Amino acid sequence: MSYRPGLDATFAALADPTRRAILARLATGEASVGELAAPFAMSQPAISKHLKVLEKAGLVSRGRDAQRRPVRVRAQPLAEANAWLEAYRQTLEANFQRLDALLDELKTTQGR
Amino acid sequence: MAQDKLTVATQGDREVVFTRAFAAPRDLVFDCMTKPDLVKRWLLGPPGWTMPVCEIDLRVGGKFRYVWRNQDGRDMGMAGVYREIAAPERIVHNEVFDDDWTGGETTVTSTLTEAGGRTTLTTLVIYANEAARKGALVSGMTDGMEMGYARLDALLETV
Repeated sequence: MSYRPGLDATFAALADPTRRAILARLATGEASVGELAAPFAMSQPAISKHLKVLEKAGLVSRGRDAQRRPVRVRAQPLAEANAWLEAYRQTLEANFQRLDALLDELKTTQGR
Repeated sequence: MAQDKLTVATQGDREVVFTRAFAAPRDLVFDCMTKPDLVKRWLLGPPGWTMPVCEIDLRVGGKFRYVWRNQDGRDMGMAGVYREIAAPERIVHNEVFDDDWTGGETTVTSTLTEAGGRTTLTTLVIYANEAARKGALVSGMTDGMEMGYARLDALLETV
């Protein structure tokens, strides 16, 4: 899997626990900034800052409704980030499996 | 014998510990980690990448340099310096990627313990600071269950 530059923004956005919690909340359905701020000990402007990071990373979008501007989660960047994460772990494990095979070969050739 | 699964755990503010067991005596594992001809055969990265450069000067203060290359000819390099060597049980080195995607130099301590013909490799990675570790972890140094990613998995099922 090739590394897409946009993933950096995705991972940076996901590195913050508040932003992950916001995404988890949005997974249950769209919400306004006020609704999102309610469970957190945070002001609406602070939540808005987090939303801007998420929006820039393409992880959420804002509705057009001028009053409410509901926030929605966008699936694709998340799916890409998750796929890359899993690919990385598999890469580490693939290295170690190659090492397993190499060790077996060395044990055989060295008669151990 | 089945191999132990790769485990990943965070420790303190800026450390990550990987462990993995191998069905081999530790001097063989040590050789595979320190002899270029052997390192090049397993430390390869994603499918399609090769390791055209693997230079190792295995002494305290000695340098190593790794370069990986993909099918498109793109290179990714890493270099470091050995700080402690106690063959075949312990190596401490510093390392940094050429494009520094981990946010500074990391210190890596590799410890090999042998029991019953099996060797456990414990790799302690100390990042420059908490932010660098966070960046590395979310860039895929862990398996989705760490750092609250269980929630993301649940999220992905719903979207």
